[in-house]
Amino acid sequence: MPLTASQPFIFTGCVEVRQALDHRATDERELLERLEEIPAGSVFYHTHGYFLRQRAITTVYGNDFASWMATQVRDQVLAERLAVVNPFEFASLEHLREELASIIHDHLRRLSAVPRVEFGEPFYFQQSHIVEVSLGAGANTLAEFRAGLASVDASAIYFHMVEARARLGRRAGDFAEWIRTSLGMPELADGIERIDTYMTSLERVRARVLALVDAALDGGAR
Amino acid sequence: MIRIEDYRRVAPPGVVDIILTLAERVRGRRFLHLSGGRFGSGPAEILQTLVPMMSDLGIDAAWEITGGDPGFYATAATLQAALRGSERVLTDEALDHFIEMNRVNAKKLALDADLVLVHDVQPATLVEHRASRGRWVWACHFDASRPQRRAWTFFRPFVNQYDAAVFALPSFSRRLGVPKYVIHPSIDPLSEKNRELAPREVARILRVLSIPQDKPLLVQIGAFTAAEDPLGVVNAYRLVKKHHDVRLVLAGTSGGEPDSLEILGELRETAQADPDVLVRELPPDASLQINALQRAATIVLQKSVRESFGLGAAEAMWKGKPVIGGFVGGLPQQIVYDVTGYVVSSVEGAAFRLRHLLNAPELIARMGAAGREHVRRSFLITRHLVDYMALLIHLTP
Repeated sequence: MPLTASQPFIFTGCVEVRQALDHRATDERELLERLEEIPAGSVFYHTHGYFLRQRAITTVYGNDFASWMATQVRDQVLAERLAVVNPFEFASLEHLREELASIIHDHLRRLSAVPRVEFGEPFYFQQSHIVEVSLGAGANTLAEFRAGLASVDASAIYFHMVEARARLGRRAGDFAEWIRTSLGMPELADGIERIDTYMTSLERVRARVLALVDAALDGGAR
Repeated sequence: MIRIEDYRRVAPPGVVDIILTLAERVRGRRFLHLSGGRFGSGPAEILQTLVPMMSDLGIDAAWEITGGDPGFYATAATLQAALRGSERVLTDEALDHFIEMNRVNAKKLALDADLVLVHDVQPATLVEHRASRGRWVWACHFDASRPQRRAWTFFRPFVNQYDAAVFALPSFSRRLGVPKYVIHPSIDPLSEKNRELAPREVARILRVLSIPQDKPLLVQIGAFTAAEDPLGVVNAYRLVKKHHDVRLVLAGTSGGEPDSLEILGELRETAQADPDVLVRELPPDASLQINALQRAATIVLQKSVRESFGLGAAEAMWKGKPVIGGFVGGLPQQIVYDVTGYVVSSVEGAAFRLRHLLNAPELIARMGAAGREHVRRSFLITRHLVDYMALLIHLTP
C-alpha cells in the first residue's frame, strides 16, 4: 500500500524578470563598493541565478563576480577565490555578501594597484523578480512525485531546490521538506537535502533526486 | 498561421506548458505593441509572430504603428541615429513637428491597454497621451548608452514618463528615473530565415547564388559597413588561406551609403583577384538565402567592431554552426567562449580561431551542437513570449 501524503506536492516552475540596476563597476575596488550597497536581491541574482540562466551549459565559474574577474578583469587569483564560495553554505544573503566583500577586500590589501577592466566589459549589477508558475496536478505519493519530477520544466528544480532555500527561507528545500513532513520519510529527505547544488546544472540535480527516489521506491516505498 | 503547439518540437521541454499556464493568468488582458512600422526592423520581424501567438493564447494583443509625413519619418530616423551615438543635426522645428505628428497619431490610435509596450523611437512620445489606466513601457532595441547629448536631453523627459523601460542588455541602457528590465531579443525557429532546410534545398539555393560547395565555407552575413568589418574578415581569411583551402562568402546589403559602397567596391576588387572570395549582395527579403548560407557554412563569422545585439550569431548557432564574433554588443552574451564559438578582438584573433577550428573538425561539430542547445534555451521566440508575459504579470499583477 503506497504511502499517501498528508498534503500533495505542487510543482512550481518559475520565470525570471530581470532588472538592470544603476550600478556598475570597472575595477575591483568599485566592485567592492557597489557590492556593499546593492540590494540583497542583486547578491542573490549574481550568485544563484546562473543555475536558471545557464541550464544547458555549466559555466566555469560558480558566480557572476568570479566569472567577471576571470574573463573581463583577467585577475585569475581573485576569480578563483570568489569561485570557491559556495552560496548554499550561508545562512543568509547578508552573510554571503559579507564573505564576498571580505575576500575582495583582503585581495586588494595585498596589491599595490587596483586591477581594472582594460579591454573587457564593466560589471553591470542586476536583480530579478520571480514569477511563479504552478505546474499541473499535485503528487500524493512518492511514485507520483517521481513521475512529476522526471517531466517537469527545469525551472521547477530551480524553484524548489534553489529559490526556496536561498531566498524564501525554506532551508531544507521543498522536495526534502515535503518528503519529510508529508510522506514521513526522513532518510530520503536527508539524502535530498545533502545534494550539492553548487557548480552543477539543474538537470544533474534532477537526476540525483530521481536516483535517490528510485532507490527508495526499489526499497519498497511507494 | 503558426500556433504555439507547433513550437513543442523545437522549444525546450516544458516551455510550451509554462507558456500555456502563464497565458491562463493573463487571459483577456490587453497587451498593446506600438512601433514605427510592420516591416524592415528586428522588432517588427519578431512582432509579426509574437502578436498572433499572444492572441492565439487568449491575450487581447494588438499591434499599432505610427505614421506621418516624410519629415516625421526623417526626424524619427535621425533621432534614433543620434540616440545610438551618431553625430546628427536635430532642429527645434523638426523635433516640434515630430511631437505634433505623434499628437495626431494619438488621436487615431486606441491607446488604452493593461500594458503598452512602445518599441524604439518613432512612437515614443505617444506616452504624453497615455490613458490613466495601464502601464507604459519603452522597449529600446538598440544601444542607447552613449547618445548624442542634445538628442538625449530632448528624449529623456519622455522616457521618464514611462513606468519602466526594457533593454536588450544592461550595457545598452543609461541611468533613468524608471526601472529598467532586461529582455534579450530572439529568433523564430519556424520562420523562413530559421526553419529546417533539406540539404537538397540548401544546394539549390547556393547554386542560384553561384556558390560552389566543394570547399569548407567561411560565411559572414551582414551589411557591407565598417561596423561589420567585412574587410577585416577578408584579412583574417587571407591568414587562414595559407594553411587551409577554404572559401570565404561575404553576403549582405550595401544600404547605398557612401562608406558602404566604398567597402563593397573594395570587396569586389578582392573577389576579382581571388576566386575563393565570393561577395554576394542580397535583397532586403533574403531570409531563405540567409538560411541556406548559414546551413552551408562550416564556420560563421560575425566579426563586427560595432554591433547592437547581433542576432545573426544566434541564427547561425541554431543551425548548428560555431560562431566567431567580435567582442561587441550582444555577441559575448550569445557566444559562450570555447563552448559555442569564440569572441575575438582582432583580425589575428579571428584567423587564429578559424585555424583552430579548421584543424579540429570534431570541435566544429561539438560547438555547433552546443550552440544549437544554447539558442534553444536562451534565444528562441518562446523564451521571448515567456518574458513578455512575465513582464505583464509583474507590472500588472
